Amino acid sequence: MTDTRNTEEKLTRDEMAQLVARDIPAGAFVNLGIGQPTNVSNFLTAQQGVTLHTENGMLGMGPVATGEEVDEDLINAGKIPVTELPGAAYFHHADSFAMMRGGHLDVCVLGAFQISKNGDLANWHTGAEGAIPAVGGAMDLAIGAKATWVMMSLFTKTGESKLVETLSYPVTGLGCVSRIYTEVAIFELRDSKVFVRSVHGISFDELAAKVPVELTWA
Amino acid sequence: MAPRIANSAADAVAEISDGSTILIGGFGNAGQPMELIDALMECGATDLTVVNNNAGQADAGLALLIKERRVKKIICSFPRQSDSWHFDEAYRAGDIELELVPQGNLAERIRAAGAGIGGFFTPTGYGTLLAEGKETRMIDGKGYVLETPVHADFALIKALKSDTFGNLVYRKTARNFGPIMATAAKAAIVQVDEVVEVGGIDPEHVITPGIYVDTVVALGGEK
Repeated sequence: MTDTRNTEEKLTRDEMAQLVARDIPAGAFVNLGIGQPTNVSNFLTAQQGVTLHTENGMLGMGPVATGEEVDEDLINAGKIPVTELPGAAYFHHADSFAMMRGGHLDVCVLGAFQISKNGDLANWHTGAEGAIPAVGGAMDLAIGAKATWVMMSLFTKTGESKLVETLSYPVTGLGCVSRIYTEVAIFELRDSKVFVRSVHGISFDELAAKVPVELTWA
Repeated sequence: MAPRIANSAADAVAEISDGSTILIGGFGNAGQPMELIDALMECGATDLTVVNNNAGQADAGLALLIKERRVKKIICSFPRQSDSWHFDEAYRAGDIELELVPQGNLAERIRAAGAGIGGFFTPTGYGTLLAEGKETRMIDGKGYVLETPVHADFALIKALKSDTFGNLVYRKTARNFGPIMATAAKAAIVQVDEVVEVGGIDPEHVITPGIYVDTVVALGGEK
């Protein structure tokens, strides 16, 4: 169920997660990245029958473990103790990434520093002088799933758009992002064009003035 | 040949010498062969090249090997963490070389080594800093990067249980790199909670066949 309604207010982080959850097709195999995307799992319904993948080697991941459920051998990619659901499966790292790279996952939801209009993603490295680089599974996740969606705030702390003509941060994956959920708008990226699916607490014209790429009303 | 059953972690790692390349299993603490790493620390081998997903956490295991400057090079995907202070310090001091590899490429390079593959073209990393200087190829309109196998002298692995033939079963997400690392090293050294007699593991449940396993040590473990 695609929710294309505009709202008067900006979306909260929970509302963004809720919209992402609603957009995930029933029965899908999904990887939720570390950070905001993890919150999406709180809004998936049992009726959706979504199976969560964690790249450290599991399908059928359940909610975060609490109390006596905590088991140091059962963690997610963020190294947080989690639980297993009936029907879960474990596999080694090469299988786990083959599953991803091979296009078997339906949706992957990630965070981002920047996205270009043709769907190039930057989310692994700021390129800052002296920063120790770490990539983890970011590059595999970006290009592996059938659809890669991003959740992020649209603007940096200094008010610059993270949706850009061309990336200034180091690339994670080229042409991989097809949808972006932000607090003020939801974007669809197709054929090097950026379509606005809905706006939240901002008008289309205001949005178009603040984002340095050409926007089309979906 | 059936694996050697070592009588202690120290005995299990006794053959590791200076300059060795060592695959160390584990993702975070899950599957990390902590006792074998501690024994490696005690045995004194230095000038090591270590392959692990991370570069050590807090003040234990791999982090201490790095702190003591026993690791000259690390091949990993995610060195920087909130508690990777020993790596951070060694790296900033120029005391450790870092080869940063996307996680799935790291796993596949290890798998390739164990499977006798000389290299493979992967889409992961294409067009990024981590593909700089590497051969690339367009295949059916899509960009790929050539990645090569990661061979090693030793693998240190944690599994749940072994039989006396070295057939292994793992536990939950602690499996992670274990099965592929066992295949990619000249000698795979495995710590398990218990070693059972042959027949004690259902052949249908074996994850790592004993052919890959050289040394096993039973260290007990909590249920």
